[in-house]
Amino acid sequence: MTDRLLSVRDLRVAFGSRVVLRELNFEVYSGECLAIIGPNGSGKTVLLKALQHLIPYEGEIHWSQEARVGYVPQSVAADRQLPLRVRELLAAKARFLRLADQEIEQVFLELNLSPEFLNAGIGTLSGGQFQKALIAFALLGHPNVLLFDEPTASLDELSEERIYELIHRLQQRSGITVILVSHDLSVVYRYASQVLCLSKGKPCMGPPKEILTPEMLEDLYGAPHKYYRHIEEH
Amino acid sequence: MDASHSYTVLLAALFAIAAGLVGSVALMKRMLLASDVISHLALPGLGLAFLLKFSPLIGGGATLFLGTLFVWQLQKKTGLATDAMIGVVFAASLGIGALVTPQEDLLEALFGNFQKLSLAGFLLGAAAVILVVLFIVRMKDQLILNLFSPELAAATGVNAARLDLGFLLVFSLTVLVGLRFMGALLSSALIIIPAATARQLTTQMTQFVAVACATSLVSVATGFLISTLIVKTSTVGPTIVIVSALLFAVSLLKK
Repeated sequence: MTDRLLSVRDLRVAFGSRVVLRELNFEVYSGECLAIIGPNGSGKTVLLKALQHLIPYEGEIHWSQEARVGYVPQSVAADRQLPLRVRELLAAKARFLRLADQEIEQVFLELNLSPEFLNAGIGTLSGGQFQKALIAFALLGHPNVLLFDEPTASLDELSEERIYELIHRLQQRSGITVILVSHDLSVVYRYASQVLCLSKGKPCMGPPKEILTPEMLEDLYGAPHKYYRHIEEH
Repeated sequence: MDASHSYTVLLAALFAIAAGLVGSVALMKRMLLASDVISHLALPGLGLAFLLKFSPLIGGGATLFLGTLFVWQLQKKTGLATDAMIGVVFAASLGIGALVTPQEDLLEALFGNFQKLSLAGFLLGAAAVILVVLFIVRMKDQLILNLFSPELAAATGVNAARLDLGFLLVFSLTVLVGLRFMGALLSSALIIIPAATARQLTTQMTQFVAVACATSLVSVATGFLISTLIVKTSTVGPTIVIVSALLFAVSLLKK
């Protein structure tokens, strides 16, 4: 039986009088890939932040003692104007967490990071390269859970594909549990083992085949199923 | 120049290094406007000290640190110090300070003075600079993480609120050390301008901080020499700032 890594009970997040998340209950088990979907403003990013205790919430969020969380936010949340090289950024986290040099080298090998990449300024990186740097950052400290917030927002299709392949490879190779916010339903269908959908109504959760039906998606997004071609592909 | 003047020159040099370090971080934090307000907070305390004849550093330091805590609370509550609040705090500090400071001491309070310094005064100032350098060096990694992404830094375990307060206090300490030579109006100028100059000239973090410190040091040394040997005035602050601004202008030629 796989270990339960995360348990969420009656989670509620509100900003003033605006309730973003209400009565949210779900569990995540080791090795799973949970995709979180929903229309804009449904609380996907808020949920990821609450899971890391970065914002106030009501209810219970329990991570198992073995859980070590790595977080890849949307790239817009970082300052790319800093006079900082990739290597310096990663070294700062490694020193703060007191990681051994071998652990840093392991991450470089895992992601196949070249010396040119490591010595590049963060402001000179392309969108896909910057996401790779954020993934390297998240992998420092040997996380067994990775939280991704729309990892391919503003990337072209090829870069998008490469990032998702990388995430999938990490999961397959290291058994990492992934919690992923994504707008790309074909990616969700391809990679997720569970889907959590957030909307103004009651949240729902289940395997992709059950959740990503035309009827459920029309109910969730309020748009007809002709937009969801992946249903025919899969 | 006797020993007491040597202490002044040495402390000014140490202040320049602290200003370069602190200014680099302040520029990257995009808090230079709020930082400028902080030095003006010293003026009411300086004025009271001149009026009631006690140590200007104690008076200036008291209002400086109290005001820093106020600015920190403001930033925490609003996410940033708004332009309106900065304007109010700056104007109020300047107004109150100008009102309480005796007329004959106002120039010195605003623009500083190249005064003799006792050994005790030098050691206190040097200790303050050492504290500043130790904070920046010890908290370097947390500062980098927080500068890059407060969200990621918090997720990594950095206490951003405590780090911000620590930096603001260290900023105030730097301003306090420079008050003697630069005055309440210009003390933070030496924190702001060399950092801006260094940013024009460098693209890497270590070089950026080093160039900011070097530019600050050159500004102080050149300003002192020009003020004392050519202009023959003990009000060195304005000359130091002019030299610093000229160096910034030269740096613009790079691009």
